[in-house]
Amino acid sequence: MNGFLHQVIAGIATGGIYASVALALVMIYQATHHVNFAQGEMATFSTYIALTLVQAGLPFWVAFFATVGISFCIGVVIERVLMRPMANAAVLTHVGLFIGLVLVVSNLTGWVFDYTVKPFPTPFHDGPLLGGLVTGHELGSTAVTLVVLGLVYLFFRHTRLGLAMRAAAFNPVSARLVGVRVGWMLALGWGLAAAIGAIAGIMVAPVVFLEPNMMLGILLYAFAGALLGGIDNPGGAVIGGFAVGVIENLGGTYIVGTELKLTLALVIIIGVLLVRPAGLFGRVVLSRV
Amino acid sequence: MATETTLPIAPPRPAFAVDPRIVWGVGLIILVAPLFLAESYQLFQLTLAAIYAIAILGLNLVTGYNGQISLGHGAFYAAGAYVAAIMMDKLNLPYWSTLPAAAVLCGLLGYGIGLPALRLGGLYLALTTFSLAVAVPQILKYKGIEAWTGGVQGVLVTKPDAPFGLPLNSDQYLYLFTILVALGIFLLARNLMASRIGRAIMAIRDHGLAAEAMGMDIASLKTSTFAVSAMITGVAGALSAIAVEFVSPDSFQVPLSITLFVGMVVGGVASIIGGVFGGLFVVFMPNVAEGISKAAPGVIYGCILIAFLFVLPGGVAGLLRRLAARLRR
Amino acid sequence: MLTRRTLLVASAAALAAPRIGHAADLTGVTADEIKIGNIMPYSGPASAYGVIGKLQQVFFKAINDAGGFQGRRLNFVTYDDGYSPPKTVEQTRRLVEQDKVSFLFNTLGTPTNSAIHRYVNQRKVPHLFLSTGADKWGDPQNFPWTIGWQPSYRTEAQIYTKYMLEQDRNAKLALLYQNDDFGKDYVAGVRDVLGSRFDAVVKTVSHEVTDATIDSQIVQLHGTGSTALLTATTPKFAAQTIRKVHDIGWRPAMHFLTNVSISVAAVMNPAGPEKGVGIITSAYLKDPTDPAWNDDAGMKEWRDWMKAHMPEADQSDGNYVFSYGVSKTMMRVLTQCNGDFSRENIMKQATSLSGLEVPSLINGIKVNTSSTNYHPIRQMQLAKWDGKTFDRFGGLIEGANV
Repeated sequence: MNGFLHQVIAGIATGGIYASVALALVMIYQATHHVNFAQGEMATFSTYIALTLVQAGLPFWVAFFATVGISFCIGVVIERVLMRPMANAAVLTHVGLFIGLVLVVSNLTGWVFDYTVKPFPTPFHDGPLLGGLVTGHELGSTAVTLVVLGLVYLFFRHTRLGLAMRAAAFNPVSARLVGVRVGWMLALGWGLAAAIGAIAGIMVAPVVFLEPNMMLGILLYAFAGALLGGIDNPGGAVIGGFAVGVIENLGGTYIVGTELKLTLALVIIIGVLLVRPAGLFGRVVLSRV
Repeated sequence: MATETTLPIAPPRPAFAVDPRIVWGVGLIILVAPLFLAESYQLFQLTLAAIYAIAILGLNLVTGYNGQISLGHGAFYAAGAYVAAIMMDKLNLPYWSTLPAAAVLCGLLGYGIGLPALRLGGLYLALTTFSLAVAVPQILKYKGIEAWTGGVQGVLVTKPDAPFGLPLNSDQYLYLFTILVALGIFLLARNLMASRIGRAIMAIRDHGLAAEAMGMDIASLKTSTFAVSAMITGVAGALSAIAVEFVSPDSFQVPLSITLFVGMVVGGVASIIGGVFGGLFVVFMPNVAEGISKAAPGVIYGCILIAFLFVLPGGVAGLLRRLAARLRR
Repeated sequence: MLTRRTLLVASAAALAAPRIGHAADLTGVTADEIKIGNIMPYSGPASAYGVIGKLQQVFFKAINDAGGFQGRRLNFVTYDDGYSPPKTVEQTRRLVEQDKVSFLFNTLGTPTNSAIHRYVNQRKVPHLFLSTGADKWGDPQNFPWTIGWQPSYRTEAQIYTKYMLEQDRNAKLALLYQNDDFGKDYVAGVRDVLGSRFDAVVKTVSHEVTDATIDSQIVQLHGTGSTALLTATTPKFAAQTIRKVHDIGWRPAMHFLTNVSISVAAVMNPAGPEKGVGIITSAYLKDPTDPAWNDDAGMKEWRDWMKAHMPEADQSDGNYVFSYGVSKTMMRVLTQCNGDFSRENIMKQATSLSGLEVPSLINGIKVNTSSTNYHPIRQMQLAKWDGKTFDRFGGLIEGANV
């Protein structure tokens, strides 16, 4: 069963990609109770910014943190300009705004940065390990994802700001009554989500190569992973991302065939939502009226 | 998740000072005039607009009126189109027989998807249906059904000629046929939404709990709305296959579902007539956007969508409603 | 199966056979203008190819700015179809019925052109030099008004398969293909050569453009114990394949790579140039990022043109080379028309090219067409990646003649 083992390992490597994007999805959900459709496109745009900075001669990590900072600002600006005026509008309006963002950002990316496939540098040793099933970059990027996960956990659990953000998303009215500036908390949430998206993009790009539609498929697998682990649980989302990578490979190789891999993700999404809407690790929230 | 909506609710039918017969007469003239005035290509565009109008109407029933956000209606449109193409090309059945077949099949499909979907609220449903839209092309080219669907190559069909020796060319006839079908579906939808069932559908959107407390069977109503919505969009898909004379997996990529959604928002959410404006918008606007900039038509398209959400949240239909209200005052 | 559709096509074809000499159709041509129609995916999933249309806009404008062509302006009307066949039908009808163009030139995409194939032939509108490598555009019997340009993917796959069998009669082939019309043409080409042996010799695995990586597919193919690998996929996935095959220590005796994905800048360097050593392809276009062409006269002409007219453009993008070559071919047709720009004559001249050399094509490859040959470029040359450049070997291969 050598092939089987190889598929599992390759699946974990690919799952690392989904995990990092799933983490960004969970982040914005924690902070705003929204799932941003344009998350993938925004992350791709950020990755191009990073590439531009690297090509301009900045060292990798400088470009990395600069991009994270720029992306944070972009996220805040989008919340202030687009989402804020619509804060009280219907969910439908929000979905409309997300779709509008997807259209604008994805086309803008292609327009500004061209559609040709571009290589993206990695800061890690980029050689094959474990008989070539995993590369140094994949290990490094998984480590980065785990570090980000740890920071997110600490931030939400152990800082006043994190607590305030969760309060603002969970119950805006009460939060405002105890003095939390709800509006700014949401903007901050968007900023953080954009920043984590940028990290995900930078970690993904060396593996899949950079082009404007880089994230379209990944976003759906990541969404499946986030749901599987629990959309309100960062750790669960990361595990969910890895799990989807493995399920996808095994399902594609042994069950449904490679043509229906994406359909498999769709089945996971529907299955989770039906059987256990809170995900494997999510808390079941009872809503009261 | 509390899904509180502040969607514009269709007002009770206003007491127009104008005789409804005049409205109907003018409307019919506007619909029939292109038959004699427009050239073939323009008729084809108007036919497409009418087809999109039907599809958007279908989406509006479930998303606008019932509050279940679907970003995957392209799937039903595709299913309807393939039903028509396969029936005409592989089974040599007449074009008109494909519409009821598409309606039945898409209705069943909608029921099947609506069943789990009704348990999902707001964003979850939106994302799940969005995933469906992304998966559609690969389902269509699945090798198990390739003998019927033609795989990646798709299926060619042939437009019908005018029957009964009508002095119309095939573009004119197809326009007439589509308009008649659209008229029928729009009237049915209007009557449905004005009925007790229609009010129940909207009540579920506006306050599900209260609706349930009043004894409405929410689950079955939501699922049925989804099925009816899919049915209508499926008929539009079948018409599109006949008009375009070609179906392939590439005809039904994600942008199709997004187009339908955009058309609904621009035309007017929870408005029957909004579908017409939406249909006209999605056919004619891309050409305008392209005229403004060849560099990135998508950017302009997206900006227009966002602008509509900000400036005209009720869409074109909402604008007209407001104008009419002002006139009456 | 003789359906109503095939009957219609056949009768349309019979009616549509170009008749020269009487009732010349001069639509789109005036004393001072020739109207050319074109459709490109400027938006949507295939936007990467939009640059082909962008070059052509500049190309025809440059000719007009320099005084036009034989006293006429070349009015190049190009529309966006977002790579969506229904939109292609609409835009084509707009070009033909409303703008009344003289002919269609270099419309892009297989599904999109399939949607308008019958329409343009019924209308007898020349449908010239399509931007797609499907095999079906060269069918003068049934579709006399449509002609392709580049060599077909299917022919390319036949060439690889024959080469493989010449090297090793007992070779086993692993075939990775993108699950769309482009990838499936390669499966068809391999099947053409192997026939009934296909199932015994070939293991195929497909991938979708929405897949994040093709690692799983490579691992799967590696496990089949095949001795040769054919990669029929677009640049992003080709680069991933080359890297992964090398990383897991798979050293197939032969690795064939579709010439869609042989850009040095977009595929070989991103994958790691040393990882692809030994890869075999069959090229017809010159790659702008291949140092072998640094001093080539044709590429110099192209570079000078780019510098003068599109200084902002990314010169490592091979689509510009393609676009320049096909535009040059078009100009040759118009020159050959000798002042008679009727649709019949344009079609006749497009199918009477002989020995045309185009700066974009590998030296020695010539464009030839005739009333029975609707495959303008039939020649290719095998080339092997040596870590820096594709080293061409063997002579020009003309078609595959299975």
